[in-house]
Amino acid sequence: MKLNKVGALAAVSILAFAACSSSGASSAPSAAAPSAEAPSAAPSEGAPVDDPLGTVEIQAGEPVHVAYWGVLSGPDSTLGEDSRQGVEVAIDDLGQFMGHDILLTSEDGLCTPEGGATAATKLAADSTLVGLIGSACSDEAVGGIKAITEAGLTTISPSNTRPALTAPDRDATYAGYLRTAHNDNFQGKVAAEYSYNQLGIRKAATIHDGSAYAEALVGVFEAEFTTLGGEIVASEAIAKGTTDMSTTLKTMSAAGPELIYMPMFVAESGFLVSQIPSTTGLENVKTLGADGHYSPDFLKAAGSDAVGHLQTSPNFSAFTGDYAGFLEKRAAKFGGTPLSAFHAQAYDATNMMFAALAKVAVENADGSLTVPKGALRDAIYATKDFVGLTGTLSCSATGDCGAPVIAVYEVTQADVDALVMPATPIFP
Amino acid sequence: MNARKLDRVTDVAIDVFMWSFKAVIIAVVVVGSVLTLLSGTYTPADWLELVGAGLTQGSIYAMIALGYTMVYGILRMINFAHGEIFMAGSFGGYFALVALASTGMLSQGVAVSLFAIGLAILAAMAVSVLLAVGVERIAYRPLRDAPRLVPLISAIGASLFLQYSFRGFFGSGLYAYPTPDFLKQDAPIPLLSMRWVDVLVVVASLAMMTVLYLFVMRSKLGTSIRAVSEDQGTAALMGIDANRAIVMTFVIGAAMAGAAGVLYGLAFIQVTYFMGVIPGIKAFTAAVLGGIGNVPGALLGGLFLGLIEAIGPTLFLSGFGVPATNQLKDAVAFTMLVLVLVFRPSGILGERVTRSRA
Repeated sequence: MKLNKVGALAAVSILAFAACSSSGASSAPSAAAPSAEAPSAAPSEGAPVDDPLGTVEIQAGEPVHVAYWGVLSGPDSTLGEDSRQGVEVAIDDLGQFMGHDILLTSEDGLCTPEGGATAATKLAADSTLVGLIGSACSDEAVGGIKAITEAGLTTISPSNTRPALTAPDRDATYAGYLRTAHNDNFQGKVAAEYSYNQLGIRKAATIHDGSAYAEALVGVFEAEFTTLGGEIVASEAIAKGTTDMSTTLKTMSAAGPELIYMPMFVAESGFLVSQIPSTTGLENVKTLGADGHYSPDFLKAAGSDAVGHLQTSPNFSAFTGDYAGFLEKRAAKFGGTPLSAFHAQAYDATNMMFAALAKVAVENADGSLTVPKGALRDAIYATKDFVGLTGTLSCSATGDCGAPVIAVYEVTQADVDALVMPATPIFP
Repeated sequence: MNARKLDRVTDVAIDVFMWSFKAVIIAVVVVGSVLTLLSGTYTPADWLELVGAGLTQGSIYAMIALGYTMVYGILRMINFAHGEIFMAGSFGGYFALVALASTGMLSQGVAVSLFAIGLAILAAMAVSVLLAVGVERIAYRPLRDAPRLVPLISAIGASLFLQYSFRGFFGSGLYAYPTPDFLKQDAPIPLLSMRWVDVLVVVASLAMMTVLYLFVMRSKLGTSIRAVSEDQGTAALMGIDANRAIVMTFVIGAAMAGAAGVLYGLAFIQVTYFMGVIPGIKAFTAAVLGGIGNVPGALLGGLFLGLIEAIGPTLFLSGFGVPATNQLKDAVAFTMLVLVLVFRPSGILGERVTRSRA
């Protein structure tokens, strides 16, 4: 009996969803929007606003629908969950938008180009959607951005750091893409300069896991480090999901590096750092990572072998906004400490989107809202001196909005014991 | 007439292709190995270090592979949820070991620590066995007479169900195994450079697999398992309870996977809800490599796969100047798998009876 009811409900919701997505992304007001209890107001006759990318109509009593897309399952899910928590806190802070509730839905992008494409295509077909926050992994953006741009939508990524996504020569399909995350051209440069100038390293080895993120960072680091006068003695790579790093470490130790630059994600970084001490020839090597494993999970994985490990990550102590207040709200809602390094960027991205929305949304006489999608996109690009948690944000013409303040952190035994990432940078 | 000629031509073409395939791979392996060894980048001690790493990884593959191979032997189905049984065992062992560590057992000398690890292994086995029996009862038994692909799909469903149930319960973050300090130290074994934890993994897995082999070959229950896997109908006529034999198979496979979960945790520290997927696939590969349905084959296949993964990329490819060879670990391992199967289609110790029963 019960099962039948559930089945019927599922069938109805699938039908409703199909109706939703088939109505297209144009200006037609959609009748089958998610919230059912609202007394359907009379659809406004002919949208008063004209926009080349179309408009989204939000009837009185219906929520403003935004979506988060990014990895929410699999080994990298902490990255996506961390950002989504930032978005949720931002939405709680906003409360309502022009008298409408805010509805957040999410799609899992699996941290792969294919997963990103699937998630983006599904979201792009939803005509109630106003804007998106995401993706989490750069690979997802590569796969999914086309669908989003073509639907006239705009997404702001809190954690994609791959340089190419906002490069001056990016193609037109990236028109709907901006980010509050820092660009890795900057992070890789800080890493190289710190190694060469501060640590006095002359021979470095690099390793990546084949992901767009790590490969790009390694590329930037190698170029900058060589320009400074250093030598890259080994460029290694592993496959994602590798548990046993001893073979790779063996190959590296044969080249005699003074530092290993390893901008990978949590699991692989943990394996690598914890297997270095048992590799002959690498006893005194320094390790330098990046924000991809700036997570307590990394400390759990590596244990006391992580002591002395260096990492570049956003400079939390240089955040201008009320970061402490954010952390309190986050902890009250989700408990514990942040899962990764991009929750503040997600918080800023969400607020930035709603600030732009406030400039362009038109309130109609019947209480409904009309959101011109093209004007919204332009307004987001026009963001200037927006005061967020991470700093004062201004967007470039190619979508870089981040206020990049990268610092170097060093893991201490106290951090490992408390399972908290170091909060005070050792550089600058 | 023409069609026949065409058949002959295609047959010859396929033969030529297969031979050149074998020849190319063997040539790459031989020439690459010689070039690497001549280059002298790696000392003999380096190679032995790689062998040690391969043995550790290989023994874990072998223990998981046993579950695949035994279930295949008796039911002719691939239990794709087996990787998750391994994961569940690892979690069970983790919570047991954390509890034991909080009593200080892991810091009271070698004997007490090993005793604690033994208890954790028992706990892990219990968790894995319970889950496996449940999966068999719910996802496989009702489908036993269904076409072959049906239980396969059901297995994939069970696998995802277990993964995401664990994610729901324990979150997507990772847990770190508490390990007593002495396990991280180097073991004084001549030639091989291994840590004590590697030694523990290899010795414990070999011991457990030997016990299992004796159990299957000597005990009454083992004999009934073998009888059911030979011919379920006839075995039933002889008064053997086929259901009992099948459940026992799942129990044994799961117990091995659970123990492997703890050993994996001790050796590689990290435990997450997602950890069963890749070792599961690798262990399945090892089972096929050794000859699926064959117990010693699983052991051989696992060790072979572990060693090839550890040594292969460096030995075969670095001589050609291929950069970052270890990224190609899986490519090398699976090429070797294809090569073995080209020469021995039923695996290293492939069952001789496979054809008559397939």
